[in-house]
Amino acid sequence: MDRSLNLLDLALGFDQELADSSPLTGKVVLIEDCVETSGSFVLHQLMKRVLSPNSSDALIFLAFARPFSHYDRILRKLGCNLATQKTNNRLVFVDMLMMKCSDGEQTEGNASPVAKLFREIQETVRKLRSVTNSNITVMVDDMSLLEIAATSSNSDHVLDFLHYCHTLTSESKCSLVVLNHEDIYSSMERPAFLLKMVCLADVVIKAEPLASGLANDVHGQLTVLNKGIGNSGRGGSSRNKLQNFQFRIKENGIEYFYPGFRN
Amino acid sequence: MAATNVRSSSFSRNISVVSSPQIPGLKCGPNGTTFISTGIRDLDRILGGGYPLGSLVMVMEDPEAPHHMDLLRTFMSQGLVNSQPLLYASPSKDPRGFLGTLPHPASSKEDKPTAPDPDQGESLRIAWQYRKYMENQKNSIDDYSNDFDMRKPLERQFLSGRPIDCVSLLDSSDLSVAQDHCATFLSKFPRNSSSIASVGRIAIQSFCSPLCEYSDKESDMLSFIRLLKSMLMVSNAVAIVTFPPSMLSPSSSKRLQHMADTLLSIKAIPDGDKELEKLLTGYKDINGFLNVHKVARINTQVPVILDAKTFSMSLKKRRFLALECLNQAPVDGSSGTSYGTSGSCSGSSKSGALDF
Repeated sequence: MDRSLNLLDLALGFDQELADSSPLTGKVVLIEDCVETSGSFVLHQLMKRVLSPNSSDALIFLAFARPFSHYDRILRKLGCNLATQKTNNRLVFVDMLMMKCSDGEQTEGNASPVAKLFREIQETVRKLRSVTNSNITVMVDDMSLLEIAATSSNSDHVLDFLHYCHTLTSESKCSLVVLNHEDIYSSMERPAFLLKMVCLADVVIKAEPLASGLANDVHGQLTVLNKGIGNSGRGGSSRNKLQNFQFRIKENGIEYFYPGFRN
Repeated sequence: MAATNVRSSSFSRNISVVSSPQIPGLKCGPNGTTFISTGIRDLDRILGGGYPLGSLVMVMEDPEAPHHMDLLRTFMSQGLVNSQPLLYASPSKDPRGFLGTLPHPASSKEDKPTAPDPDQGESLRIAWQYRKYMENQKNSIDDYSNDFDMRKPLERQFLSGRPIDCVSLLDSSDLSVAQDHCATFLSKFPRNSSSIASVGRIAIQSFCSPLCEYSDKESDMLSFIRLLKSMLMVSNAVAIVTFPPSMLSPSSSKRLQHMADTLLSIKAIPDGDKELEKLLTGYKDINGFLNVHKVARINTQVPVILDAKTFSMSLKKRRFLALECLNQAPVDGSSGTSYGTSGSCSGSSKSGALDF
């Protein structure tokens, strides 16, 4: 077996040799985390995979939570230089930190800021498509912050945004990777937003702390639900769709292991 | 710097980068971060150095314990002692009055609880060439943080003529005033890659207090914090915001917790709790508990795992704020069940370390 693949890669189906490189093409990946355990490291892993030198995939990154310098430092430790990828036109980093949606400033043509954001993404995708025919990944590093930014105008816009992004995945063969915080919705009776996201997603990755608390050598556990893997023919059905393993985060990578199998 | 010895290896420490920053009150941290002191030495130690610049610190209040005020006070005093500009906002009619309650740094040597006696140092036989390093170390620590005497008000010299901006959250019907104040304040400390000119501190007390007119507009409060966080990330400043989570809907409270870089919470200690008194040594001296939920991780993906999450807050010599791991008194064999309720250093229980 390829040593470069870890448990998360296997769960996402990176071991299957597909004609069109990435198994995530045209899929929606939802990463859920909570206050105790941040799931951002999964995002970093996927970023690195998309921008790996073996492929020519492009990445559109919508940063709501952290500035470029933060990601640049982390990815550099993982062996990926974001600044170079930017100049190579493989990374489009959209800084959304100061995005504001106030009722006061209605943009031209009654378009909400969220709609404007989607147009921007659509335009970028079109531009990238004209240059390359490889897979394009759209990443949102914190959906809950987009929600906050947009709720002052209308909360439905965020759902619309998600749906539009979903059409992108089918129309122009993009992947969509979204991070959201699950525990925000745990107290709600019917968390429509979260449920719709889970429904849209082909892969749900959930990061949780261990029930026994935080430890130095096990930082938490991941539960990966891969809805699509059974349909891919080739013995996919023999694999469990739902996988659970533990992880330990290090500066230069993540250690994944099954519970009790850490050596 | 007399001993610039010839380096034989090609791997050498780049001294120019590692050298400490010029302004007092700053400390270099890992991953290109810079720390400022929290004003409590124990908390600095627990958090790995202090609050990193550009971070948002959220403190969850307990309606039955006022100790979040102590965190604010020491944070503000430390800033004023290090002559860092300060912005303070609170839901009171006269926020400037709070400045009168700030603690004064312990000045004379004998007041300091931890500083070693200088005479003792003389009598200790240390190789003479190390002595100057000892001296250096002591000085650098003193520049960075002080011990504050919680009973002695901050002297005038630290308050007069200092750039202190006080905002009352009561008057305005929405948060735009506070937001403008924060924006203008933070614009004075833009982050350049090369050097740090000055450092600002923002302290916001009881942010979601029901006294404020905007307290029913949770989305406004959330977007205020989001923008504050965004502005902080590109400034050389630290903001500490205390809020009562019970006043918010659970989902908004969670959102705030997610936005925090460093998340702390205060818990009151019940008076005369017999069972707890048996469990913890020094129960009488403990004023309250401090929980550390999240430690800021800027420029890194590795989480900080602390040995303990719950610390007891107490006043040493009735003056100096001290944080300690909970010390469990030895449990006698008969009452084995009490292990479950102790929840001391493991930090395992999700719902607060102590369930009463």
